[in-house]
This record gives sequence, C-alpha cells and structure tokens, in this order.
Amino acid sequence: MILIVAEHAGGQLAKSTLEMVTAARESGREGPVTVLVLGQNVAEVANAAAAFADQVLVADLPGLATYNAEVWAAATAQIAQEGEAHTVIIGGSRSGREYAPRVAVKLDAPYLEDAIALKANGNALQAQRYTYLARVTETVEAEAPVIVVTVKPGSFAPAAAAAAGEQYDVELDLPAPRIEVTGRSLEKSSRVALTEADVIVTGGRGVGSPENFATYVEGLADRLGAGVGATRAVVDAGWRPYAEQVGQTGKTVQPKAYVALGVSGAVQHLSGMGKSKYIVAINKDAEAPIFKVADYGIVGDVNQIVPALIEAARK
Amino acid sequence: MKILTLVRQVPDAEARVKINAQQVDLEGATLVIDGMDEYGVEEALRLREGGANVEEIVALAVGPKRVEDALRTALAMGVDRAIHVETDEKLDPIALSGIVAQVAQAEGAGLVLVGGQEADWDSQALGAATAERLGWPQLTWTNELKVEGDTLTGRHDVDDGNESFRASLPAVVTTQQGLNEPRYPTLPNIMKAKRKELRKDDLATYGAQPRVRVVNSEIQTRARLNRMIDGKDPQAAAQQLLELLRNEAKVIA
Ligand SMILES: Cc1cc2nc3c(=O)[nH]c(=O)nc-3n(C[C@H](O)[C@H](O)[C@H](O)COP(=O)(O)OP(=O)(O)OC[C@H]3O[C@@H](n4cnc5c(N)ncnc54)[C@H](O)[C@@H]3O)c2cc1C
Repeated sequence: MILIVAEHAGGQLAKSTLEMVTAARESGREGPVTVLVLGQNVAEVANAAAAFADQVLVADLPGLATYNAEVWAAATAQIAQEGEAHTVIIGGSRSGREYAPRVAVKLDAPYLEDAIALKANGNALQAQRYTYLARVTETVEAEAPVIVVTVKPGSFAPAAAAAAGEQYDVELDLPAPRIEVTGRSLEKSSRVALTEADVIVTGGRGVGSPENFATYVEGLADRLGAGVGATRAVVDAGWRPYAEQVGQTGKTVQPKAYVALGVSGAVQHLSGMGKSKYIVAINKDAEAPIFKVADYGIVGDVNQIVPALIEAARK
Repeated sequence: MKILTLVRQVPDAEARVKINAQQVDLEGATLVIDGMDEYGVEEALRLREGGANVEEIVALAVGPKRVEDALRTALAMGVDRAIHVETDEKLDPIALSGIVAQVAQAEGAGLVLVGGQEADWDSQALGAATAERLGWPQLTWTNELKVEGDTLTGRHDVDDGNESFRASLPAVVTTQQGLNEPRYPTLPNIMKAKRKELRKDDLATYGAQPRVRVVNSEIQTRARLNRMIDGKDPQAAAQQLLELLRNEAKVIA
C-alpha cells in the first residue's frame, strides 16, 4: 500500500494532503492509497480524507494532540510496518521534512526529499527535485522494499473527490515527547495563503519602513486581491512576520504573478519565487539582479510608482 | 560536554552552476563552508565563550580531499580539532547521518550541530536522520540557543511561526541564519589552525552506503520577457504595467 500522512490544521484537511493523493496516484506505484490521520479530535479531518482515499486510518489519541517529530515518526513508521507499505508519502512542510528522515531511518528506507514529480520505474521510484537553490532540477532514484518520500507543496494538482474510503481506527504505541514547548508565537495572516495565492505582492528592504510596507505592499495587494510576501531582510528587521517570508529559508511560491517591490533578487530569494509564471520588478537600481528574472520591470522609486499603481488599479 | 559540528562544502551561492554529463560539475567553482553549517561552528564557539561547560569542539567533514579547506576554516574560527572522512562517494543525507552518528558516539559528544538546509542538495534531512540514529531529540531551524548544565533552551521556527523550547542533552540542533553572525578567521588563528589536529578517517570504517542515485541533473530556466517599462512618468508606467498584466499576461482581471 501507499501510505500518506495527512496534513491538517484547525480541524481542516490541508490542500497539501490532496496534492499527496495525486502524487500517489500519478506515481504508478501499486496498491490502495491509504491516508493516515494523526491527531486528537480529528473525526472531521478523517471524514474529509475519506472522500479522496481508498482507505483512511485514524489515530485519534491524546498523545497526538500537538505535533512532535519523534512522536510523529514513531506513529508513521509503526503504521507503515504493520500495513506493509512500500511507499510512505509525507508533506514537504517544515514539520514534514523534519520527521520524514526519522521515519526513513526507522524503516531502513531510502528517502526522496521534496519531490515535485514521482514516477515508478520498474521496482524503483524516481523523483524530481530542485537542488542548488532551485537552479537545478535533479532526477533521483531509489529501489527498496519501502521508500519514504516528501512532496513539495504546490507541485501536484489537488485530487478531486473520488470514492468513499473505509475508515479504520488504529492503536499506537507512542513515545513520550522529550521537547517541552515553553512558548509559541504563531503568525496567522488574514490574507490569502501565500502558497495558494494567484498573485503575490512582495516587499523588500527597498520599501523603506514598516509603515511604507503597509501603505505600498499591503495597499497594492488589497487592490489586486493578492497575498503579501516579504524578503528575509524585511523579516529579520522585524517589519513583517516570518510566515510571509519567501525564499530558501521561507516559503516556496509559484503564483501566476509575483510583484517584487524594492527587492534586490538575491539567489536565496529567487530560489523561493523563481518558478512564478510572471515576475514583475520595481526597483530604483537598474542593475538589481531581480531584473534578470523579470518579465516586466520598472526602474523607479517605489514611493512614486506604487501610489500610481494603486491609483491606476482603482479605476 | 563535547560538541560535534558538521561542516559541508558547497559552491558559493553566487557562483554559476554548470552541468556536465547530466551531473552538476564543480570543476573550477569557488567552494565555501555551507553557510548553514557555519552558524553551527560559530554557535559552538559562542556557547563555550558564554560559559557553558564545553570540554572540546570537534568539526567533522565527509567528502573529497578538497573538503580539508572547509575544516581548516572551522579550525581557524576556533574549533579544537577536526576529523575528515575522505571519500569521493556521493552520500545522500540518510547515509551521511550514519557516519555523523557513529562519530558522535565514538567521541562521546553531547551536542551535535548541523546546518538546517544544505545549499547544494537543498536537503533538510541530515540533522533529523542523525538524531534518529542516535536516539536523541532534535531541534530544527534554531535561532536562539542556551545551554545550562544539561538543559538546552532556545527558540526555533516551526510551520507557522516559532516556539520556545526546553530539552535535555544530548540533542541534535540544526542551525540557520539569524542564530548568530559567524566570525572571520584572523591571520594568527589561521596560522594556529595549521598546527591543530586534522585526523583522516576511512569511509570503509563506517559502512555507509548511498541509497539514492542521481539519474540526471539539468538547469531549467524559464525564458523571461525582460520587458522594461520607462519609470520616469510614474502614472504612465503604472498604466502600462497594469495593461500588460491584464491583456498580455492575463494574470489580473
Ligand atoms: C543561508 C541564507 C538563507 C537566506 N534565506 C533567504 C530567504 O529565504 N528569503 C530571502 O528573501 N532572503 C534570504 N536570504 C537573504 C538574501 O541573501 C538577501 O539578503 C535578502 O533577500 C535581501 O533582501 P532585500 O532584497 O529586501 O534587501 P536588499 O538586498 O537590501 O535590497 C533592497 C533593494 O531595494 C532597492 N531599493 C532601495 N530603495 C528603493 C526605492 N525607494 N525604490 C525602489 N527600490 C529601492 C535597492 O536597489 C535594492 O535592490 C538568505 C541568506 C542566507 C545567507
């Protein structure tokens, strides 16, 4: 069987789970597509998942109330072993890529990380992935009785509802978490999620200040119905939350249009947005590297161009 | 406590990537310590300077002969000694974690520091896989770290924000930008580093086998329109850009 570990938050099945279902079905690997739901009070998530999978395994346990890498890895490996999974698919979120390697070690399995495409090749499994700050696309291959994969968010179309999969409750032997969380600061944005937005307006240090960021970047995003992104420089300066960061150490996005305001275009930033369909750059420095990847560029001051854009978009 | 800090060598981020015979070709590329690992080396030094009970700091690298340069840099930054497992074999992170874990055990390390993401393979797997092999907890994407006795506290990034944590040593910590500013080796320290121990180890000792094969690598760049709009008249530029986005790119209504 192909075992997918569901990603969910706030009682909702995440879109990434449906993307993993597509990855499983497109891979050409055989056997039922099984979704494992880990958590507490996850009946609704399990019901939602059942519409997309051949079967759903539900571990609704107090020990799974909050994510912990060791606990998630133990649970996943246990189910993979009991169900004799030959493929384990985990989301390529920060947490997914944190516990998936532990699952691979536990199962003595090869690990294909952050796949953007998956294809069976006889008994082997081939994956494509980005390397060298997303400048290279590599095809990697592994062959083993069980293979662990993480799937990059946004790389597969979400699956459409198909059959009503049976649900089964599962028992688990969970380790006690050894990391105590003493504080949490969650950054919830009220805007369109970056990984789901068709248009993203991103501000860099060139925007000048947190106040300007609100006026120009949020102002333009509101006009265009867009998500808001930020560079690492802006996040490090404390102008914007980390949740908005795009790049190597932030989110990877692929909108139809990416509008970069006062962004220099450092390789680490490009690695997170370079696959956008259209890139727009506004920067006062004609030599800024962002123009090399831009479809439309304006050499100019954001203080002048952006108010004009907001005004023009209003009409 | 002994700290083991892993050092990888990667092409400089600004360097052009070349492909030859379907594989990335590093011939002639400028190679540097992976920035994410450098934060780990720096953090080990700062923990000691900050008064934590650090007996020794050991840097480990696995790779071809040239990787010595990265170890020399770590020695010049201030680590006490280095271990080089010399091999031309490409080891995937899960295979590599087997070596890191064995060295950590043999050295009796209480803390292993590894970069959070590799700048060449874009992998985040090494820290977690090492922790699993050792049976230790892991703290990933750490941007604040304190060690008092056997207690580790700090802050790290999670899916949608960040968390403060407390854990007991031993542990694996993955490091990233924001944790510190790595120091530059000074000339006297570079000279001193030449006399520090750099032990060579044989890959065969560790029995690590790669499990993932690279079949093909290619550079795919999307052709960009590179259409420049004159910004002298902001109103006209704004108008023109919106028209292009609406009618040519058809990305906004
Ligand atoms: C390991 C590592 C990981 C990293 N990860 C990320 C990441 O995930 N995401 C990320 O973004 N960065 C990341 N970085 C940082 C990256 O290298 C750059 O430092 C960062 O992207 C720069 O942000 P910036 O473009 O906002 O700022 P700057 O580089 O300061 O550029 C500001 C730009 O604004 C222009 N400008 C100034 N004033 C105006 C004006 N009035 N009007 C118009 N233009 C103006 C300037 O010409 C300049 O091009 C990482 C770095 C490292 C080492």
